[in-house]
Amino acid sequence: MTTRQAIETATASGHVPGVVSQRRHVLDLDDFTAEEITAVLDDAAAMREVLSRDVKKVPTLRGKVVVTLFYEASTRTRISFEEAGKILSADVINMTATASSVEKGESLLNTGLTLQAMGVDAIVVRHPHSGAPHFLARTLDSVSVINAGDGAHAHPTQGLLDLYTAREHLGDLAGRKVVIVGDVLHSRVARSAVWGFAKLGANVVLCGPPTLLPDPFTSAGWGPGDNGVHNPLANVRIQPDLDAAIEGADLVMALRLQLERQKVGFFPSMREYIRRWQVNDARMARANPDALLMHPGPMNEGIEVSTALAHGERSLIEEQVTNGVAIRMALLYQLVGSGAGGD
Amino acid sequence: MATTNHIAPTLIAGGRVIDPANGRDAVSDVLVSDGMVREVADRIPAESIGEHGQVINATGLVVAPGFIDIHAHLREPGYEYKETIASGAAAAARGGFTTICAMPNTDPAVDNEAVVELVNRRAADAAVRVRVIGCVSRNRAGHELADMEELASAGVVAFSDDGDPVHDAALMRLALTYSRDLGAPISNHCQDHQLCPSGVMAEGWVSSRLGLPGIPAVAEEAMVARDIALAGLTGGRLHVAHLSTAGSVSMVREAKERGIAVTAEVCPHHLWLTDEWALGGKGDAYATGAMAYDTATKVYPPLRSHADVAACLAGLADGTIDCVATDHAPHERASKECTYNDAAFGISVLETALGTLMAPVHRGSIDLTTMIERLTAGPARVLGDAFAPYASLAPGTPADLVIFDPNARWTVDVNRFASLGRNTPLDGVELQGQVAATMVGGRIVFEEETLLKQGAHA
Repeated sequence: MTTRQAIETATASGHVPGVVSQRRHVLDLDDFTAEEITAVLDDAAAMREVLSRDVKKVPTLRGKVVVTLFYEASTRTRISFEEAGKILSADVINMTATASSVEKGESLLNTGLTLQAMGVDAIVVRHPHSGAPHFLARTLDSVSVINAGDGAHAHPTQGLLDLYTAREHLGDLAGRKVVIVGDVLHSRVARSAVWGFAKLGANVVLCGPPTLLPDPFTSAGWGPGDNGVHNPLANVRIQPDLDAAIEGADLVMALRLQLERQKVGFFPSMREYIRRWQVNDARMARANPDALLMHPGPMNEGIEVSTALAHGERSLIEEQVTNGVAIRMALLYQLVGSGAGGD
Repeated sequence: MATTNHIAPTLIAGGRVIDPANGRDAVSDVLVSDGMVREVADRIPAESIGEHGQVINATGLVVAPGFIDIHAHLREPGYEYKETIASGAAAAARGGFTTICAMPNTDPAVDNEAVVELVNRRAADAAVRVRVIGCVSRNRAGHELADMEELASAGVVAFSDDGDPVHDAALMRLALTYSRDLGAPISNHCQDHQLCPSGVMAEGWVSSRLGLPGIPAVAEEAMVARDIALAGLTGGRLHVAHLSTAGSVSMVREAKERGIAVTAEVCPHHLWLTDEWALGGKGDAYATGAMAYDTATKVYPPLRSHADVAACLAGLADGTIDCVATDHAPHERASKECTYNDAAFGISVLETALGTLMAPVHRGSIDLTTMIERLTAGPARVLGDAFAPYASLAPGTPADLVIFDPNARWTVDVNRFASLGRNTPLDGVELQGQVAATMVGGRIVFEEETLLKQGAHA
């Protein structure tokens, strides 16, 4: 049975036939196989169809409770998870660190245990510390944990929606050239994109100021061996010069410049950054004629990407946002839907 | 250390006696009475212990001077929820240590005679000998020298602001110069914080992949280089605490060749574990999933690369590194049940030290006698001549000794720890090499009966 059929045939009790996934948590893309990624993207395509309806509501997750637990500000990720859950009829509860017992000093451990005791089915967590979702996942034994961005580590749902968007336009990603440009060092988006695109066989090039592309990215890779499955950087090239990196690119992904980190002075000035690493029409002219632009948002318009390009024909930025809802619907369905969840 | 009114004479029979200070490595008997070693010989008749004496069958076991740890955090006073002097000393006894030196980063810090006396008083009934290290700077704040002569007179065996480096180069120069005639080295925790302002693990591919702020090797090496230069300038006695990088080993080796008064220690975990343990797979470099960010692996200095481990081991084998020290750093659960960034630095080491250190011995990277030297005569040499008797089995020296089975396999279970700190990445890991008994001043302070009864392990 396809996902589409499963959604349509969902009974009044919310039961969806068939085991949809053995996965319990989504922490990073490093433990996804290419087949599993493809399955999520296929499910998301079915969810896109639901999103295009007049009445955006299916009963798939009725009776399920999803909590979004955000220790960092977010617009698109939190709202798209909330929307995804609500379209699937889950009860979605939003919890922010500033309006909860977290402000009274409640630890992540006790917050997680409290939510588990309340019987929630899934926790969607964003946290400024890398690995916070892993901590929750190994501490809680009856809750699915979805990483909505942890420190500089990973943003797997962003990675999946990037892959989905890229696949919609480029088809098979194997052999396609993807350039990721900007503050790679601090970027969880880049780390997840590297795993995802590498697993689907794309040729990834990382580009940015040398201070934001430090040695571990440029020499050792991310693993003990040269196997691309375990060490995606083994197949990733580094090219700090954007004009060279962008030659023949099929897709350019500009990263958000984390202006709040700029007090450390990773590069001399915004002016110099724009001069060397802004993606604009002149630079896109060096890419393939039909090359596309992505940006995970929120964008510092006129810095990472020129305004004309950001709102031009090549830009997929708004489409990424729409696809984000579909990807999150697909993951919630796989993790929380009846019959889901192995261990 | 507790004393008892009467300790029966003990004959430790048939063990392989390894006493590096006296060049002995042979199956021998050891006779102990009145708290002292009386005789070590090929064979000592059982009658020599009299009718009240006891015989310990050490066949198949190693008998060595008790281990000396010159770097342990006992947390008392101030942090008794992490460890107490009593629990730390009990952990030491289980680990085969007979003398441990308490670091002064307590609350209050050990920067005056009164706190030294407090620690000494509370250590009076401890299972093993506890010696005190005093602060370099007043209140360990790094601004001005503590009353170092007062501390020395009160009995501190070294000076250190450990937990933090002596950041200020000028203060370090003053400390090395001022302490020249005080008979105790300056043990510095070398780490230039400016190079790793928010670092939580070694900088490398693992930190890059996990998105954790890194601590580059050069953060340690920059300060080791500075301190060696200052030791050369002042003639003071520099001791590099928990050295952990290949570059540091090279610099210490070269400094010794140039005749500079520098000594160094390395921790058991830096001789085995690498940054790959942070992936949560007990060293599996391919591990993924929820066990990643294992906070038990967060330690200062951080677990580093395979190349650093190999260099530290080579440095320990060739004598560049004088001794092993545990940097035993116990923490309460809450300090580790959190995110990696929030977790406290430190590993509870005393009870796993021997088993950890035997791994490279079994692998053939370092021989057993050398390893024992680095746990006994080595640390005693760092602290000075007064410690030599505690690192020797010569007749007339205190009967501080350890009996261990170098081959026994056991699995680390933190619930069996005497230490209040259950924070170790080795929980659940099988080690080879286990303490059978520890004796301090002629008194058995720990014994693992199964090993003593079974005797031989082929």
